[in-house]
Amino acid sequence: MIAVTVSADPIDPSDALARFCRAAEDVGAIVHFLGVVRGRSGDVQLREIRLEHYPGMCERLLEERARAIAARFDLARVAVRHRIGRIRPGETIVWVATAGTHRRQAFLGAEALMDYLKTEAPFWKKEVAVDGRSWWVAARASDEAARRRWEQMARTGMEPTAEDSVKNTG
Amino acid sequence: MEDDMSERSEGRLRVLYFAALRERLGLAEEEVDWPPAGGTVACLRAHLAARHDDLASLFTADALKIAVNQRYADAKTLIRPGDEVALFPPVTGG
Repeated sequence: MIAVTVSADPIDPSDALARFCRAAEDVGAIVHFLGVVRGRSGDVQLREIRLEHYPGMCERLLEERARAIAARFDLARVAVRHRIGRIRPGETIVWVATAGTHRRQAFLGAEALMDYLKTEAPFWKKEVAVDGRSWWVAARASDEAARRRWEQMARTGMEPTAEDSVKNTG
Repeated sequence: MEDDMSERSEGRLRVLYFAALRERLGLAEEEVDWPPAGGTVACLRAHLAARHDDLASLFTADALKIAVNQRYADAKTLIRPGDEVALFPPVTGG
């Protein structure tokens, strides 16, 4: 079960998690992650960020990635919510959740989904300082490297299997 | 039936721009003439660089991303009239 939402509405993480848990039956592990807007960029205090996206492609790509990650890590449910528009420091910009039989798969799935989201989902972030100056945020090479790591792992089969998780539990 | 489709879209292409690229061009989208038989992404970049000659470097930049019908494309991807094409800078969500 995959759920993708891209919206200007604020994200209430506890409400999102509660709904996700209610819907995720017969799972042993649930992981969720919040991305939060920082109040500073270097030495500059920020008033807000503005999030632009490519409607259509964005939702479609997130859904495809979430589906692929659910299959790859044997997850029963994957959910992602992303905000667009004006977002203030301290507010949640992105929320992802994964549910599966074992914690290792749930952790890996959440991390992989975030790495794909950051490097592939067509969102663009503009920072606005308290004095009104604004600029587009540059993409980071470290995010790209993180995504490539998942592809490398998939090619070489170097990722934990369900059996590993069983062995590592406890 | 097929003729109806091609008649509507023949020779035109809708190109969308996002984020910093949209701001630099002062355009969210535009329509360009396009060969009925189609052409590659590389052709489109060259075409747009010539059309916006004062901002040509925006279209030749290595970092530029291109999606055809909402999927990432490479230089060899074929674009046909009527396709939805989008050009944008590297993404920065999350």
